[in-house]
Amino acid sequence: MLEITTTRHNPFVDPQLAVWGWEIPVYLFFGGMIAGMMILAGAAMLRIARGEDPESFFSVQTPLLGFVLMNVGMGALFLDLAHKLYVWAVYLTFEPLSPMSWGSWVLLAVYGVLMLSALLRIEDSWPWLARTFPGVRRLSESLASSPGKLRALAWSNIVLGVALGIYTGILLSSMVARPLWNSAILGPLFLVSGLSAAAAMVHIAVRVLPGRPAPQGLVGGAFAALWQPLGARPPRPGAADALVKADLGFLFAELVLLGLLLIGLLTAGASQQAAATLITTGPYALAFWGAIVGAGILVPIVLQVAELGHRIPHTVVPALLVLAGGFALRWVLVNAGQASQLVQSAAR
Amino acid sequence: MARFGMVIDTRKCVGCMDCVVACQTENDVPHGHCRDWIVTETRGEFPSLSMEIRSERCNHCDNPPCVSCCPTGASHVEPFGKTVQVTANRCIGCKACISACPYGARFVHPEGYTDKCTFCLHRVKEGKDPACVSVCPTRCMHFGDLDDPKSEVSRLIASRKWHVLLPEAGTKPRIYYLD
Repeated sequence: MLEITTTRHNPFVDPQLAVWGWEIPVYLFFGGMIAGMMILAGAAMLRIARGEDPESFFSVQTPLLGFVLMNVGMGALFLDLAHKLYVWAVYLTFEPLSPMSWGSWVLLAVYGVLMLSALLRIEDSWPWLARTFPGVRRLSESLASSPGKLRALAWSNIVLGVALGIYTGILLSSMVARPLWNSAILGPLFLVSGLSAAAAMVHIAVRVLPGRPAPQGLVGGAFAALWQPLGARPPRPGAADALVKADLGFLFAELVLLGLLLIGLLTAGASQQAAATLITTGPYALAFWGAIVGAGILVPIVLQVAELGHRIPHTVVPALLVLAGGFALRWVLVNAGQASQLVQSAAR
Repeated sequence: MARFGMVIDTRKCVGCMDCVVACQTENDVPHGHCRDWIVTETRGEFPSLSMEIRSERCNHCDNPPCVSCCPTGASHVEPFGKTVQVTANRCIGCKACISACPYGARFVHPEGYTDKCTFCLHRVKEGKDPACVSVCPTRCMHFGDLDDPKSEVSRLIASRKWHVLLPEAGTKPRIYYLD
């Protein structure tokens, strides 16, 4: 038996760590989704730069919604800071061993690339902006008509998207004190989950928008841009199937990575095994198996396979479930990770 | 250059909490927060029990995870005594260091920055012991330079059996508990 009593009583540290509230899962969710959007957009830009028919696919314009959502995510991150007036200190230094420092600089670059990428079809999405600033329209046309510039923008989106998607997982996994996070799988897991969330967001736009006048407001215009490739007409209806197939790939990959995460934890030391039980049988088990694995991955896989086989009509349900599952993944891992701690040996 | 550390004799510690009160008074620790605290650890099955009482605080680790994760450099190793310190006006309150510390030694000060034990560096610079060490009624706490083989802490570590907290974390803590 090992019984420990302590007189320590620091808020949000005792009885268990809870320094990160809702803000961090929200930021991680939007950050992951934006990373996925950048990669999808980069892939679409490369195809356009090669001269492929832009009507056959979509998501070249995801950076516009990505830019809008980035502000939401960064807002949540700012709200989490306890010493807000000193936030500028992040940009006075570069700490090579700190994933958070890497992330801060990556976010700055992501902002720039997102803004530039969002200009590609800005006249369709936010015509009011192009009317007010003619220079924006000229820049937009210059980007869209130059394969070289498109390629550069595409690779910027892909590289920064991968960096953004992976760094949040590495940030968590670098903390030795939280055994649930001690896995390099978290980086790729968050990246793949972000890709599936991005595909789900495009899928929702695909289902909701066609046949209606495109909205042109701040958020509506950005959302509509998900379904507006470079070209005068929307993509062909069959293009949606490619999106569903891509999403299925992301979901399968996520399932495999979650399995590897559990195997890694359950075959490691006592601390990691105890941490794994938090999500497999402990207080977070229902959310993990029910919301993440069941509703967030398995059910969307079944529904999307049925949609592809034309056994059921295409709906937004699988996409909505994927989004909810993506958020649940961050919420569970952030909270269960804080609850996990190194196990002190009963024998000495 | 000195490398400060602490040696605490668990056979002498009675858990009176004088060290805790001295720290709170000396450092004006905000009400409801602790830079140091007492842990009572009981092992075994009745009637074969053993009990250890410890005064715990930041371990000023040789390999501090709180320093490597800090995005601003606010959490740093001070050249004087190689202790781990926080520069309040560089801290953004991201709380990464609190998550990274396996000892739960850090907390958010009500003003927003991260706070923890400083080894009373302001006193040490004046040639005094940290407040907790200076008030201990059983003289169970010892402070000094671990790199000086003639220091009291080095001699105690060399002559007595000791343990550190969570050595498996790889942080190389610098508070030694004598068995």
